[in-house]
Amino acid sequence: MKKFNLIKIFSIFIIFFLSTKPLLSAESTDPIKVKWSFKGITGKFERDSLQRGFQVYKEVCSSCHSMQYLSYRNLGEQGGPEFTAEEVKAIAASFEVEDGPDSQGEMFIRPGRPSDKFVSPYPNVNASKAANGGAYPPDMSLLVKARPGGSNYIYSVLVGYEEKPEGFILDDGVYYNKYMNGNKIKMSQPLSEGIVEYTDGTEATVEQMAKDVTTFLTWAAEPELEARHKTGIKVLIYLILLSILVYLSMKKIWSRVDSEI
Amino acid sequence: MSDHEYTPKSKAGKWFNDRLPLLSLASHLTDYPTPKNLNYWWTFGGILTFCLLTQIITGIVLAMHYVAHADLAFSSVEHIMRDVNYGWLIRYVHSNGASMFFLAVYIHIFRSLFYGSYKSPRELIWIIGILIYILMMAAAFMGYVLPWGQMSFWGATVITNLFSAIPLVGESITTWLWGAYSVDNPTLNRFFSLHYLIPFLIVGLVVLHIWALHIPGNNNPVGIDVRKPSKDTVPFHPYITIKDTFALLLFAIIFAGFVFFAPNVLGHSDNYIPANPMVTPAHIVPEWYLLPFYAILRSVPDKLGGVILMFSAIFILIILPWLDTSKVRSSVFRPIYRQFFWILVIDVLMLGYVGAMPAEGIYLISARVGTVYYFLHFLVVLPVVGYLEKTDPIPMSISEPVISGSANLSMAKKDNEKI
Repeated sequence: MKKFNLIKIFSIFIIFFLSTKPLLSAESTDPIKVKWSFKGITGKFERDSLQRGFQVYKEVCSSCHSMQYLSYRNLGEQGGPEFTAEEVKAIAASFEVEDGPDSQGEMFIRPGRPSDKFVSPYPNVNASKAANGGAYPPDMSLLVKARPGGSNYIYSVLVGYEEKPEGFILDDGVYYNKYMNGNKIKMSQPLSEGIVEYTDGTEATVEQMAKDVTTFLTWAAEPELEARHKTGIKVLIYLILLSILVYLSMKKIWSRVDSEI
Repeated sequence: MSDHEYTPKSKAGKWFNDRLPLLSLASHLTDYPTPKNLNYWWTFGGILTFCLLTQIITGIVLAMHYVAHADLAFSSVEHIMRDVNYGWLIRYVHSNGASMFFLAVYIHIFRSLFYGSYKSPRELIWIIGILIYILMMAAAFMGYVLPWGQMSFWGATVITNLFSAIPLVGESITTWLWGAYSVDNPTLNRFFSLHYLIPFLIVGLVVLHIWALHIPGNNNPVGIDVRKPSKDTVPFHPYITIKDTFALLLFAIIFAGFVFFAPNVLGHSDNYIPANPMVTPAHIVPEWYLLPFYAILRSVPDKLGGVILMFSAIFILIILPWLDTSKVRSSVFRPIYRQFFWILVIDVLMLGYVGAMPAEGIYLISARVGTVYYFLHFLVVLPVVGYLEKTDPIPMSISEPVISGSANLSMAKKDNEKI
């Protein structure tokens, strides 16, 4: 009798909320589910994809989007794109960094060093808004963590540009995107076939570039991901072994008492 | 509480113990007679102590690198995540640790509700426990503000604005809380200061909580008084310590699962966007552990009414020992109340769910029904059922539960494990 009541209450509860769930996601399409190499407890980044993704970022995204929390040295660190020390120096040196004041009190421009933060395309938020029709291109260092769908969402938006449906009204400088909330986006389609020429010979399709740059952005948001997964597995193995040992000790100790544990 | 006198064997030990009886205290703690039938729901006290210490230790390290300034807080957290050695681990343990702490405290509270641990003579243990819970909520709320992301800022704005509902002085109180005319740098600074203070207040209350516990001793699943020490009890060490350790390890496995493999699922993605007073997020939601109260707050169309109801929902717990009229502690022997207990659990879960949803349509209706039921449970069900209910026969002692009521006991236990 009692069991029956409980089960009934639970089922009503679950059915009720499952049935209301679809109402929530009515506004925009669910992001595409991509098979990422970095998902799962043993997930790792694909080194080549990270390096290509950096190339896409550098040649396409970085003209509007900053990445203020990253330094050039990060590009050579373990678990990231792992460029060689020489490559990192060369990448950093290809940017101009304002430094100073020098002994004369003047600011001066010098080539970048690995310890420098990524150079931002605009001096401040207002400048970036002024250059982009009032829309602010968000900083990309945390973008993957700052959006509900994460990597899948970023990828989907990059490949989600479509012709607007009949009767859909768009203002000037606003574009139609299938996966964007409300289907309106102020960024014009950033990726097009062959916009980047990959140095490793990979064909630069829109899907390929979207995948690579999303991988790169995921690493940028979670540079610790590989270390986290590796440490996590060790911690879990340790805890499981220890709990087995403690369980056996507990059984032994409690065998002196006539009570269940 | 064991009454035996402890005398250290060594001369030095005796000299020390005569002046400061720390060794007697240690002896009392290890010998402390504990009912031998405690189930795993009783291991959460130890787990909670572990959570508190984890939060304090990781918090102290985080405070070494964190900068409590509106312009720097967000980037100092990123500095911890990217440049401090194992900073990501310390921060993820701390942020997920808060969730784990609440998970454990909710199980601990509902265990007390099921087995009637709040009843005479343990009312003070319960009240101190509720005070700890209230302080935990305050600490968690202020801690959530510190990263100074969008949810931090807007969460702080919503919650501090609640005080403006107080008639006449509300606006002044809110301004006083902020230290400014909106949530701003002074607010962040004082929240950081208080966030660092509250855990140590909690430590003090935990000491009182355990002290008060050691006067009557533990309640137990059968809910009857136990002679101490007797064959119904075991010494705390090694029997309970080893069992608590085992339970703690299982808890730690779940904890580690979150920290290493899903560190952000319990948080909100908007909090990785720096605070911006000019942009309001589409949905402002608190962390999951505050959602039932948030649902109660929003279920009332009037702001002041909502605030009063929300605070009542918390403070009503303080008078709980006097709302329950039943002399029988354990729900194992209370066939009617037991059903209401599970309805309350479902009610609170439902309130938590609708608290995360927009306050409209079916969600708003559910929140209202849930709120009404929440108060009905404490104000009507608890006193009335206590009077009317015919309880099952209660065993004379833990060792001899095999009397007419035993079938019910074993059945209830099975149900418990399933859920």
